[in-house]
Amino acid sequence: MTNWRAHMMATAIVTALSAIGPALAQEPPPLPAGLSPAETSGDREQTDEPVPNPPALPADLDAATPADRAPEKGTRKPPSPPLGLTGFIDARSGARIIADPTQKTLSIGELRAQLGRDVETNIATFRFVGDFFYDQVEDVSDADIETGHGFFDLREANALVRPLPFLDIKAGRQILTWGVGDLVFINDLFPKDFRSFFIGRDDEYLKAPSDAIRLSAFSEIANIEFVYTPRFDADRFITGDRISYFNPALQRLAGRDAIIDAQSPTEWFKDDERAARIYRSVAGYEVALYGYSGYWKTPEGVTAAGQPFHPRLAVLGGSLRGPLKGGLLTAEFGHYFSRDDLRGDNSLVRNGETRFLAGYEREIASELTASVQYVGEYISDYGALESALAPGATAPDRMRHLITLRLTKLMLNQTLTLSGFNYWSPNEQDGYFRFRASYKLSDAWLAEAGGNIFYGVDEDTFFGQLENNTNLFVGIRRYF
Amino acid sequence: MLAKPLIAAGAMIALAWSQGFAQGTASPADVQEIVNKASAAAYYQGTNGRATVHMSIKDAQGRERTRDFVILRKNIDDVDNGEQRFYVFFKRPADVNKTSFLVWKHADAEDDRWLYLPALDLVKRIAPSDERTSFVGSHFFYEDVSGRGPEEDTHVLEEETADYFIVRSTPKAPSAVEFARYKNWIHKSTFIPVQTQYYDAAGEVFRTYAAVSVETIDGHSTVVQSSMTDTRIGGTTHMQYSDVAYDVDLPNDIFTERYLRNPPLRHIR
Repeated sequence: MTNWRAHMMATAIVTALSAIGPALAQEPPPLPAGLSPAETSGDREQTDEPVPNPPALPADLDAATPADRAPEKGTRKPPSPPLGLTGFIDARSGARIIADPTQKTLSIGELRAQLGRDVETNIATFRFVGDFFYDQVEDVSDADIETGHGFFDLREANALVRPLPFLDIKAGRQILTWGVGDLVFINDLFPKDFRSFFIGRDDEYLKAPSDAIRLSAFSEIANIEFVYTPRFDADRFITGDRISYFNPALQRLAGRDAIIDAQSPTEWFKDDERAARIYRSVAGYEVALYGYSGYWKTPEGVTAAGQPFHPRLAVLGGSLRGPLKGGLLTAEFGHYFSRDDLRGDNSLVRNGETRFLAGYEREIASELTASVQYVGEYISDYGALESALAPGATAPDRMRHLITLRLTKLMLNQTLTLSGFNYWSPNEQDGYFRFRASYKLSDAWLAEAGGNIFYGVDEDTFFGQLENNTNLFVGIRRYF
Repeated sequence: MLAKPLIAAGAMIALAWSQGFAQGTASPADVQEIVNKASAAAYYQGTNGRATVHMSIKDAQGRERTRDFVILRKNIDDVDNGEQRFYVFFKRPADVNKTSFLVWKHADAEDDRWLYLPALDLVKRIAPSDERTSFVGSHFFYEDVSGRGPEEDTHVLEEETADYFIVRSTPKAPSAVEFARYKNWIHKSTFIPVQTQYYDAAGEVFRTYAAVSVETIDGHSTVVQSSMTDTRIGGTTHMQYSDVAYDVDLPNDIFTERYLRNPPLRHIR
C-alpha cells in the first residue's frame, strides 16, 4: 500500500511537472517494439536487439502502469472443458404472481446442462447440442424427444456438407430461422416453443428443433433455400400442462384440468413440410420471397368428434430489410391459405388470413436501442366465417392489430443489459410485457432476473387468456 | 432478450490492424495527406488480411474479461480509405462462441452490420449506432477499430520530431464526439499512429491509445500489440494480434449471409 502510494505520488509529481513545462517539451512516446527510429537521428542508438516484451509504454501511459502491476484479481481463466465440449449449466426458478387454480404456483424450477460438440472433418462438419434438465414443474413421465418434455432435449444433431462450390446442405436435427420480424413470425414456420418463451427460459428456447434437410444454393442473381421436413414438426404450443389457456369448448380458462391432446400428423414422408426462400440484396436492402406447404403449427382445427388437430396450411410471402434515416426498416407479409378451409366456411378449421408487419429500429441514446413494429392479421373469408358460426358463437374481429415495442439498454461497460419487450393489441385490448435484467458477473457467470406479464380485458383473447400465467423468475448460468 | 451485450452493443465492428508504408515514402506536403496516409496505414494495408485477436479488458478494479476472435478483412477495389468488408468469428468467451459478425463498411454512409446467433439460427441486422461506444465491452470504440474518417476532423501539424509527425485534430462536429480534440503521434517512415491522446474541454488527457509492438508481416509493418486506457471508464484494454497474414485467398462471398450462418472453416482456424 505504501509503495503504491509512493508510486502514485511520484507519478502525480511527474505529471504535474510535465504539465507546467512548455508544450514543446512534452516527451514523444518511445517507439514501439518493431518500429525503427529515423536514420538521421544521430543521437539515438540504433540497435537490433529485440526490445523486451512488453516494451516500455509511452511516457504518458506511465500513470496506468501501477494498475497493470496490481495483484491480478479475478483473472483466473475458466478451465477448459473436457473432450472439447462447450455449453453451460443453468439454474432457474420462477413463480406465478397471480393465483391460478389450474396450475402449480412454481412456474419454473429447473437445473439444466447444455452440452455441445463440433466435429470438423474434411468432408463435413458435425454438430451436436443436447440439454439435460430437471424441472420440478415438468412431469418426467411423459418424456418425449419431439416435444422436449421430460429430461432431455436434443437441440442439434446435424451434418453440414459443401458438395459443390455453390451448394450447402445441412441434414439432421437443427434450429431453423428466417424472416425479419422481431419476436413476430410470419414466414418462419419452423417450430417454436412458446412454453419456454412464456416461463422465462433463455430466448434461444423460443426456437424448437426441426428434423430436416436444408439445401442452400448461392448465386450472383439470387440465393435459394429449400427445407424439407419429412415428418411434420409442430410448435411446442400451449396445452394447459404448464400454462393455462382459454378453452373454447369449456368456455372458460383451463389448465392441468383440461390438457389439450392434439392429433398430430406423424407419417414419415407423407405428413411432410416444405419451406423455401429466395433472397438477394437490392440497393442495400435485403429482399426475400417465401413459400411454405405443410400444416398449421398449432392445432387450429377440431374434428367433428371434438379432437384438436393440425389442418393443412400453405403460405406465400415476402420481406424487406434495410437502412432508413439512421435506423433499420423491416417489412414482411404472408398470405396463409388454410387448405382444409379454403372457402372459409368450415367453422371447425381456422380461416385463411394475411399477416403483415412493418418495423423500425434505431439507437435513441448511447447504448439505448428502441424498436417498434406494427403487425396486422386480416381474416380472408370473413363473410363465410360469420355465416358458418355456430349458434351463439361470436366472430373475432376481422383484423387483429398488434404493436410491439422493444427497449434495450446496456450499462456498466456492457455487462448489464436491461431490456423490455411489449406486445399490445389495441382491438383485442390485451398484451404481454417481457422484461429482463442480465448481468455478466464475469466471462463465465451470468445472473438474470425477469418477468412475463400478461394482461387483457377479456379472458378469451390471445394474450388475455394467459393472464394467470404472469410470472417472475431469476436464473444463474455458468458457461464453459 | 435476443440482445445480449455483445449484440446490442451496436458498437461492434471488425478490427482493422495497423501496418505501415514501406520506408522511403516521400514526405507529404500537407497535414491532411499525413492523416490520410496514417488512416491507410492503420486500416487498409494489403488487398485483404486475416488475424487472430486476443483482447484483455481490465476494469478499474483490475478484473479481467477476455475476447478471442478471428477477423477477415477485404478492401473493395483495393482503394485506401474506401469501402471494406469484415467478417469476425468469435471463439471466446463461451457465451459468444461461434457467433459471427459481418460488416460492410461504407466510406460515405452508415455501415451495414449483421450478427448471427447460432443458438437461434438468427441473422440479425444491427441498426446503425453511435460509433463512439464500446466495441464488445472493451475500452476501444467501434470507431477506434474500424477507423475514423480522415475528413471528420480539422488537422494541424503541431510538431515534427525525428520520428513523428505530431498532429492535433479538432472535430468538425464536436457534439457527435466525447472529446474536445486529440493529438496523434504518427511514425514518420511507416505512418503508423503510435500514440493518440484524447483531451476533454478542460484540456486534460482522459483517453490514450498506444501501439505497443510492431512486426513486419508479408512486407507490411503491423501493429501486433496495442492498448487503450480511458480514465472516464476506468481501466485498460490490451489487444494482441497473431497469425496475421495479408493478400490471402479470400473470395467475396465470405462476406455474405452464407458464411455468416456457416463459418468458412479454412479461414477461421
